[in-house]
Amino acid sequence: MSGVEGFMYPNEIELQWSVLIVLYPFITGLVAGAFILASLERVFRVDAVKPTYRLALLTALSFLLVAPLPLQLHLGHPERSPEMYFTPHSTSAMAMFGYVYLWYLMAVLVLEIWLDYRREIVLLSQSSKGLVRWIYKLMTLGSNNISPRSLAIDDRVGWIVTLVGIPSAFLLHGYVGFIFGSIKANPWWSSPLMPVVFIFSAMVSGIAGVMLLYMAITKLRKQKIDIRCVDSIAMYLFYIFIIDFSLEMLDLVHRIYEADESFRSLNFMVHTQLYIPHILIQICLGTLTPLILLFLTQVVKFPEIVRKRIYAISGSLALIGIFAMRWNVVIGGQLFSKSFLGYTTYKMSLVTKEGLFVAIFLTLLPLVFLWILIKLLPPWPERNAHAPAAGD
Amino acid sequence: MKISRRQMLILLPAAAVAWESVMAGTPEDAPNYKMTDHWWGMLIDISKCIGCGNCVRACQTENDVPDGFFRTWVERYHVSDEDMTEPEVISPDGGKEGFPVAQQDDKKYFFVPKLCNHCADSPCTQVCPVGATFISPDGVVLVDQKYCLGCAYCVQACPYGCRYIHPEKKVADKCTLCKHRLVKGLTTACCEVCPTGARQLADLKDPNDPIHAFLKTHSVQVLKPQMATGAKIFYNDLDGSVR
Repeated sequence: MSGVEGFMYPNEIELQWSVLIVLYPFITGLVAGAFILASLERVFRVDAVKPTYRLALLTALSFLLVAPLPLQLHLGHPERSPEMYFTPHSTSAMAMFGYVYLWYLMAVLVLEIWLDYRREIVLLSQSSKGLVRWIYKLMTLGSNNISPRSLAIDDRVGWIVTLVGIPSAFLLHGYVGFIFGSIKANPWWSSPLMPVVFIFSAMVSGIAGVMLLYMAITKLRKQKIDIRCVDSIAMYLFYIFIIDFSLEMLDLVHRIYEADESFRSLNFMVHTQLYIPHILIQICLGTLTPLILLFLTQVVKFPEIVRKRIYAISGSLALIGIFAMRWNVVIGGQLFSKSFLGYTTYKMSLVTKEGLFVAIFLTLLPLVFLWILIKLLPPWPERNAHAPAAGD
Repeated sequence: MKISRRQMLILLPAAAVAWESVMAGTPEDAPNYKMTDHWWGMLIDISKCIGCGNCVRACQTENDVPDGFFRTWVERYHVSDEDMTEPEVISPDGGKEGFPVAQQDDKKYFFVPKLCNHCADSPCTQVCPVGATFISPDGVVLVDQKYCLGCAYCVQACPYGCRYIHPEKKVADKCTLCKHRLVKGLTTACCEVCPTGARQLADLKDPNDPIHAFLKTHSVQVLKPQMATGAKIFYNDLDGSVR
């Protein structure tokens, strides 16, 4: 049979989870990571990253709104998906998705954004005109009190929400890792390290994503990039990247040293079909290269312009690396037979429901949501609008 | 043979009923089937399987299994005595039309019929987000196809590759151990057509089932015991190379 090498169980030849399921952990990872970055300022009082605080929150929300779409499109019967809320199966990790998602969306992100923006929303509901005025009025939820005492309460409650949000972000993405890590039938997935690796890789992708967005949007707005801010973000990115890489290497070394019954099969796969996406793209291009670049910025005093370029390259490579990691987990985990005697191939379609074009659309859709959210809730102080243009 | 008028009067309606059943393809009802009285499994005797593919064809006909997917299939192993960790395994079209002629060499050949293991601790039912797949009180793992989301998580969780997403219904599909036949007191389609008796339906709750005597007197194994799934498809003479 074409595309099959060796022996596969007859029902294994066709892959069950497509590129859309690759996108799902990639998107939720960006959500969790962006939120963790926002919490640095709010909870841990890292003032340097303040310029990205609101942008990180809006980014997290934009991506979170898109997160369930790839799952929904993948289902054989998407119309039955509400059953996961109404009749969840208590032993299923996947059944918890709906609740974790709703909790994170409503109790954490939306609430925190609302509390943080409440003053602006109230003022805009009074100053704007037409339909926009009504949108802002709706967003006030009838709460127009912006007295200093009221805003102080908002701030306090917002801090508590962020505090609750950090473990929630860990839960959101740790649970995605658990979905894979708890499948004992699949040795490529089955690992207690999987949720932890997912959490740290999420932080890498979210921090890199917000850093790139901040730099790109600031440039588009013809404003000056706050170098102190991106220096700090790059430093956090570097340290978290080290933890993430260490965990992934620990998993790899453990597999190689233990060399259980699946090792020969998985080793062959990594040296053949997964060589380019795993060894070259994920490890060499998407992990080691940005790590080396970020390390250089920590030990060598480069000029500002060079640092910005290194950060842009490192952030982009980190995102490519994390996407490759999701690809290698999801697709790689289905390329070998559970008999450990054969391999199949994944042929991505272009225009089908689970094809490349839909995947590209879903990747870009959060950016459209982010643009709308930025228009509605500008994440930077109004005074910056008249600041001098950046020289770079 | 001389048949009296009285005997003819009895035999004719009986033959008519039997003929109707044969023609309709529906066995007689067994309305007194009580699920909790049974705990179904199957015994597969490797040494008896000749790889004829009757079971695969019967299953596909009985259960309307789509082409290219399998509720049961047969694998042929070709194993060297020097390295049993790398057997050559084939299952052309699930073994439905039999197998190519074997090479004459010093390696051993044998057939391994596979189907859902109807695990007592099934990983597939554990992961279903809505409980659409479940183990019924008689030990048969089933899918409620009117409830299944088609997420394929159960397909990923099955260590034996026994599930698939039905290409038209877009829901999980698998062996039901011919439940529709069991409730009518019949055996499964695959067991019924097996010419050598390599497949034997077994009721582990029935003290008179020959499975008990067999398990006591033979070396019987389940597939992938390390998975601890509580598999109920028992294999006699299972070679260590079988995956």
